[in-house]
Parts: sequence; C-alpha cells; structure tokens
Amino acid sequence: MIRATGLRKKYGDLEAVRGIDVEVRPGESFGFLGPNGAGKSSTMRMIAAVSPPSGGELSILGMDPAVDGPSIRARIGVCPQEDTLDNELNVRDNLVVYGRYFGIPKAEVSSRADELLAFVQLTDKAKAKVEDLSGGMKRRLTIARSLVNNPDLLLLDEPTTGLDPQARHLLWDRLFRLKQQGVTLVLTTHYMDEAEQLCDRLVVMDGGLIVAEGSPLSLIQQHSTREVAELRFGVGEHESLATKVEDLAERVEVLPDRLLLYTSDGEATLAKVHERGLDPVAVLVRRSTLEDVFLRLTGRTLVD
Amino acid sequence: MSTISPLPSWTMVWRQTDYWTTVYKRTWKGTAITSFVMPLFYVGAMGVLLGGFIDSGDAQLEGAASYLAFVAPGLVAAHAMQTATGEVTWPVMGMIKWHRTYYGMTATPLAVADVVAAHLMFVVFRVATSCGVFLVVMSFFGVFESVAGVLVAFFVQVLIGMSFAGIFFAYAATLKSEAGFAVIYRLLVMPLFLFSGAFFPVANLSAPLELLAKLTPLWHGVDLTRMLVLDRVDGPLALVHVAYLVVLSAVGWWLAVWRLDKRLEV
Ligand SMILES: Nc1ncnc2c1ncn2[C@@H]1O[C@H](COP(=O)(O)OP(=O)(O)OP(=O)(O)O)[C@@H](O)[C@H]1O
Ligand SMILES: [Mg+2]
Repeated sequence: MIRATGLRKKYGDLEAVRGIDVEVRPGESFGFLGPNGAGKSSTMRMIAAVSPPSGGELSILGMDPAVDGPSIRARIGVCPQEDTLDNELNVRDNLVVYGRYFGIPKAEVSSRADELLAFVQLTDKAKAKVEDLSGGMKRRLTIARSLVNNPDLLLLDEPTTGLDPQARHLLWDRLFRLKQQGVTLVLTTHYMDEAEQLCDRLVVMDGGLIVAEGSPLSLIQQHSTREVAELRFGVGEHESLATKVEDLAERVEVLPDRLLLYTSDGEATLAKVHERGLDPVAVLVRRSTLEDVFLRLTGRTLVD
Repeated sequence: MSTISPLPSWTMVWRQTDYWTTVYKRTWKGTAITSFVMPLFYVGAMGVLLGGFIDSGDAQLEGAASYLAFVAPGLVAAHAMQTATGEVTWPVMGMIKWHRTYYGMTATPLAVADVVAAHLMFVVFRVATSCGVFLVVMSFFGVFESVAGVLVAFFVQVLIGMSFAGIFFAYAATLKSEAGFAVIYRLLVMPLFLFSGAFFPVANLSAPLELLAKLTPLWHGVDLTRMLVLDRVDGPLALVHVAYLVVLSAVGWWLAVWRLDKRLEV
C-alpha cells in the first residue's frame, strides 16, 4: 500500500522529516504518533500526493506520486489536519461538489452524500452553511467528505481532535467497519486510547525521525514496565521527592502533578513507598499504556 | 503537483462545473448590479449626457458618428477587463487563504492546471455574459455599424478578459495579503480604464504618453473592439491586436498555473 524509504521533507532550511522508512500493508491500520512538530502531517501530505518529497523513495498503491499523483489521489480519502471545507457552500453541497471532482455521476454522488451525512449524524444540518457549524461538526463533515470516493486508503490527520466523546466513539466504530471492508487506514493522533483502539501497528516520530515501531502491545512491552504506580504529592514537592523513591522502581518520571514509578509490581512498590514514611495525597496503580511509551521515548506527554 | 504542466485535462475541468455553478447561483445577484447595470450608468452619464456637450467631427473620434458611438466600444472593452479582474483577485486569494478551497480540490484527482483552467473558464463565462448583455443593449442605441463586427467583438471581449485574468490570477496567487489588490487597482486598473482610449482618442495624449497607452493591453482591446463595431477594420493592425492579446493570455495562464502550484506546494 505505502512504502517509504529514506523519506525526507525540507521546508527551506528546516528539515521536518529526516529520512524515515515506513511500510503499510493492505488492510492494515497504521498510526503515526509524535509530539507537536514531529513531522507527522508533513509525512501525511507526502503520502496524500499533494506535497512532493524532498528526498527518498515513496510508492503509494504501487505508484509514484511525482508521476501518478491524480491516479493515486483518485483512490485515497484525505482528512487533513486543518479543515479545507468550502465555507460558502452548504453542508450537503460540500459533499456533492467534492464527489464530482472524482468523476462520480450526479445521481450516485447525491445518494452517497445523504448516506455520509447520516453516518456522521449531520443529516439535520444538510442545508446549513458550513460557517455555522461547530468545530466538531466541521470535523465530522471533513471525515464524511474523505469517504465520498469509497477510498482504498484513508488518510486521517488527527481525525478526532475537537470531537466530543460520543462522536469519537461513533467514528471509531465506523473506522472499524471500514477496516473490515478491507480499507487501509493511516492516521495520526494525540490520543493514546485512540491509537491503542485503532492501530494494528504504529510508529512514534520525534524530530522528523522514527524512534519506535510496533504493535501497541509490543511497544508497551519493549519500552515500558508491566505496571505503573502513580503518586501525587503536594504542589511543588514532586521534584525533591523523586530522589527518595528512585531506587524503588526501574524508572521514575517526574510530571508537574505526579510521580510515575515504573515497576513490574505496582502494589509491592507502593508498599515500599509507605514503608519509607512517605504519604502521597493520592495513589493509583495501573498497567502501562502507550502514553508511558510515548513519555519514555519523547520526554513528553501525548497531549501537551 | 511537482511536474507542472500548464495544460489541463478537460475531463477534470468539466468535473468542476458543479462547483462553479453553485458559486454562480450564490453570487449572481450580488454581481448583477456591477455586471449589468453599472455599464449602462456609464453609457448614460458619459455617452449620452456628457456626449451631448461634445461636438467634434468624425476625424477626431476615430470615425465614430457621435461621442456615444465612440465611447460605447471603449466601455465594453473596459468592462471586460474589470469583470475579469474582479473574478481573479479577491476570489483567488479567498480560495487559497480564507476558504482553502484549492487545497481541498488538489487533494482529489484534480491537478493545479485543471483548477486554474476551470477558474479561468468561469471568468470566460462571466465576461461573455456581462459583455454580451452590454453589447446587446448598446445595439439598441444604434451606435454599431456592423452586425458581423459586433459578433466578432463579442469574442474579442472574452480575449480581453483572458489577457487580464491570467496575469492577475498569478499576482493574486503570489500575494500574501489583500493589501496588494488596492495597489493594482489604483496603479493599473484605474489608469488603464481612464487612459487607454476608452474615453478619448489616445492621439490626444502627448507623444510619450500615447506610446505608453498603446503598449497597454486595454488599448489593444479598445481599438480592436472599436474598429470592429464601427466597421472600420484595419486588417494588419487588427492582427497585431489579436496577437498581442493572445500572447498575453497564454503567458498569463502559464504564470497562473506556475504561481498557484508554488503556492499550494507544501
Ligand atoms: N508548510 C510549511 N512550511 C514551513 N514549515 C513547515 C510547514 N509545514 C510544517 N512545517 C514545519 O515542519 C515541522 C513539522 O511539522 P508537522 O506539521 O509535520 O508536524 P506534526 O507532527 O504534524 O505536528 P502537530 O502534532 O502539531 O500537528 C514543524 O517544525 C513545522 O513548523
Ligand atoms: Mg500535524
């Protein structure tokens, strides 16, 4: 589906993507994670055949974007990070007009538009102006629009940013179904639960490079411990207390509002913390998640 | 996008008809006044009322029987320029910056050349309809000498429109802020409107200014339109006019594709 080797993107002097290798197989759902400015969107735009790579090899659906851009774009659906809806057309016309760009006959695009509006629950807004939609509704319309051509490959750059929880779950459900129909999904996200739910495989990018790759589970196994004990102390105490518990865990992360102790047995570690006479305001023992992997690899939380 | 071919695929251009139809349906009421009514105000004010005070013979009016007959073709040609310019200045910037429409379009099978071609075809439509109506209305004033000339002049208006559309499209695709439009309207469009022979023969200007006026595309358009409708066609000169406008249209078109491609390439 997608094969990139040594892929690079330069904007003037700034190199946003600095040589990445990615392979996405048919039917897979693949994720890009990374802090702001990691180069995720730059990579997505190259894959969408709208932004020419500055270096490396890129093949999408077996074609070269520099040569076959239009044929590639005919078969992919794109939900860009920034909405590119036509504010001057109404909601339904946005879908119809867009579908026509793919050469879909009028009658077909018309029924497709109604289906898609129902899917993103915007049927009652069909005649509304795009300008009058809320941010989350616009996002849903952009997602609907990316599906108008029944794409084989769907590229979603932060699809659920700005969606309320109900709308996010609705979208996840729909993406699952698309996946079952054999659509290949590539997405970027700042939500680790989304990545865990949706991605078979993902890469973590930082500073234009890939710093880790694998399934959510294997990444957690490779880069984190089984459990995490979270300790919350008074404001400003975390930094100084960290040294007192350092030896109780494989690794300690200091966040502004809590300490994270990475350990194979959270409860045991917690007991030792109490033995030392430390008395956290609140404690929580949980399994490691992608968030921990992310923190470890990039030094940042997913949503910063 | 990386390989710029200025030549569109006409299939792809056709696929944008729905977009432009929707745009037109939404905007025609707003543009109806400027497209169809304003020109008649000019004719009334300049041609009929002002013209009533102007008493000069054929010789001074390049063969026109009255000032109204002289000024009418000039006004039509100037109107072609203004209509075309209006459709590629703010609208192009809007589709890049405010509505990001072009970004959406070029994420589909449409290429930059297709998008530019469709936009320019819309300009053709706008110039053809508003100048067409203008010519029809003026013909009732009995100021035209040749039916065939008027028919050819109709196509010349489209050519005049295109000769401005490409260039100004390219300019709009390059501009970062709309402040640049005030500059071209004040320094280019208005002076052209006033001094390119629409209102008075350019021979009335001092020699250097006359030469300058004759270098402008609008003068070529005005002179060509006038010789056609007054049935005083000067073959070789007409060919020069047509060649000038065709070359300018082609160069402008190419520039527009090149600038928009650069602008959208991220
Ligand atoms: N069109 C552009 N021109 C110049 N620099 C750009 C452009 N687009 C992105 N950049 C720069 O490239 C780097 C990577 O940006 P990119 O948008 O790919 O990051 P991202 O991983 O998508 O970040 P975010 O999570 O904030 O969306 C950033 O430093 C950004 O400033
Ligand atoms: Mg991004």
